[in-house]
Amino acid sequence: MNINLTIIGQAIAFAIFVMFCMKYVWPPITGALAERKKKIAEGLDAAERAQRDLQLAQEKAVANMRESKEQAAAIIEQANKRASQLVDEAKEQARVEAERIKTAAQAEIEQDVNRAKETLRSQVAALAVAGAEKILEKSVDKAAHAQLVDKLAAEL
Amino acid sequence: MASGTVTSSEYISHHLTNLTFGNHPENGLGFAHTAVEAAEMGFWAINVDTMLWSIGLGVLFTWLFSKVAKSVTAGVPGNTQNFVETLIEFVEENVNSIFHHKNALIAPLALTIFVWIFLMNTMDLVPVDWIPYIAGQMGIHFMKVVPTTDINATMGMALSVFGLILYYSIKMKGIGGFLGELAFQPLGKWMLPFNLFLEIVGLLAKPISLALRLFGNMYAGEMIFILIALLPFWIQWVLSVPWAIFHILVITLQAFIFMVLTIVYMAMAHEEH
Repeated sequence: MNINLTIIGQAIAFAIFVMFCMKYVWPPITGALAERKKKIAEGLDAAERAQRDLQLAQEKAVANMRESKEQAAAIIEQANKRASQLVDEAKEQARVEAERIKTAAQAEIEQDVNRAKETLRSQVAALAVAGAEKILEKSVDKAAHAQLVDKLAAEL
Repeated sequence: MASGTVTSSEYISHHLTNLTFGNHPENGLGFAHTAVEAAEMGFWAINVDTMLWSIGLGVLFTWLFSKVAKSVTAGVPGNTQNFVETLIEFVEENVNSIFHHKNALIAPLALTIFVWIFLMNTMDLVPVDWIPYIAGQMGIHFMKVVPTTDINATMGMALSVFGLILYYSIKMKGIGGFLGELAFQPLGKWMLPFNLFLEIVGLLAKPISLALRLFGNMYAGEMIFILIALLPFWIQWVLSVPWAIFHILVITLQAFIFMVLTIVYMAMAHEEH
C-alpha cells in the first residue's frame, strides 16, 4: 500500500473518461431524453385536443341527429296532411261528380217525363177531339177550338 | 485458499499486495516480487493491476454508454438504452437538486464517478481467489482486482476533484475572493490566522475524506472476504453470502457518496459564502 505513480495514472484515466463522457455520452442521451419529454408532452396535448374534438363532434352529431329527426317528423307530418288533403279533395271531387251525374240523370228523367207528358197530352188532345167529333158528329173547327183544346191539354 | 503451504498471514498479505512495476534499487526495472520490494521502489512505480482493472472497467463504461449514445432514440428505448437512461436520469436528478449553476462538466463528471466507482467496487463481489489464481497460473504473482482497494486509485480521483474545487473556486470568485474566503471566515479579519488554519484544514479534508472513505470501506470489505476465504471451503458460504449481499449495498452506497460529495464540493466552489 504505497503511494506511487498509480495516483497520477488514475487521475489521468479519470480525466480522460470524464472528458469522453462529457463529449460523447452525456449530450446525446440527455438530448434524446429532452426530445422524448417534448414528444410526450406534444402527444399528451394532441390527445387532449383530440378528446376535445371528439366531444365537439359528438355534440355536433347529436345536434345533427336531433335536427334531422325534427325534419323527418315535419316531413312526415306534411305528407300526412297532404295525404288527407288529397283524400278530401278526391272525396269532394267524387261528391261533385256524383252530384253532377245525379243532376244530369234527373234532368234526363225530367226531360223524358216531360216528353212523355207532351206525347200523352197531344195524344189526349187528339183523343178528346176525336171523342168530341164522335159525340158531336160534326167536325169541329180545329182552328176555332185549338185554344180550348190546348187549355184542356195544359190542365192534364 | 491458495495452497496448504502458505500461512494465513502470508495469504492475507499476498491478497493485499498490488502488482507493482517499477525500478528497484537493487533488482532494476521489473515487477516487485514482494510487498517490501514494491515499497522500496518508491514513488516512481506503478500498480499495473490497479491501472489495468480500472482502465478496463472505465473502457467498459464508456463503451457501453457511447454505444447507447450513438444509437440513442427519442422513440421507444431498447433495454440497454433504458438502463443507461435510468442511470443518467438518476445522476441528473441528483446534480439538479444540489448544483444550481450552469456547468456542462458537473453532470458527466458525476455520472463517470458513479458508474466507474460502482464498477470498480463491484469487482469486490468476484470471489477473492478466482482471478488471482488464474493470474498465478499465468505466472503473475500479484493481482488485486478491486482498484478501489488501492489508495492510489481513490486518492487519484479525489485529487482530481480537489483540483476542480480549486479551479472553480478561483474561476468563480477570483483569486482574491477565494483567498478571502479562506482568511476572513468564519470569525472575521481579527482572527485571520485561526480562520486560515480552520479553512485550510477544511479544504484539505475534502479530498482526503473522499479518498479515505472509499478506500477504507472497500479495503475493509475486501479484507473480510479474504478472512472468510480462510475458512474451510464447505462453511465459507455461511458468511460470504450474507456479506456479499450486504456488500452490494456498500458498493452502491460508496459510489453514490463519492458522487454526491463531489457535486456538493463543486456547488460550494461555485457559491459565495
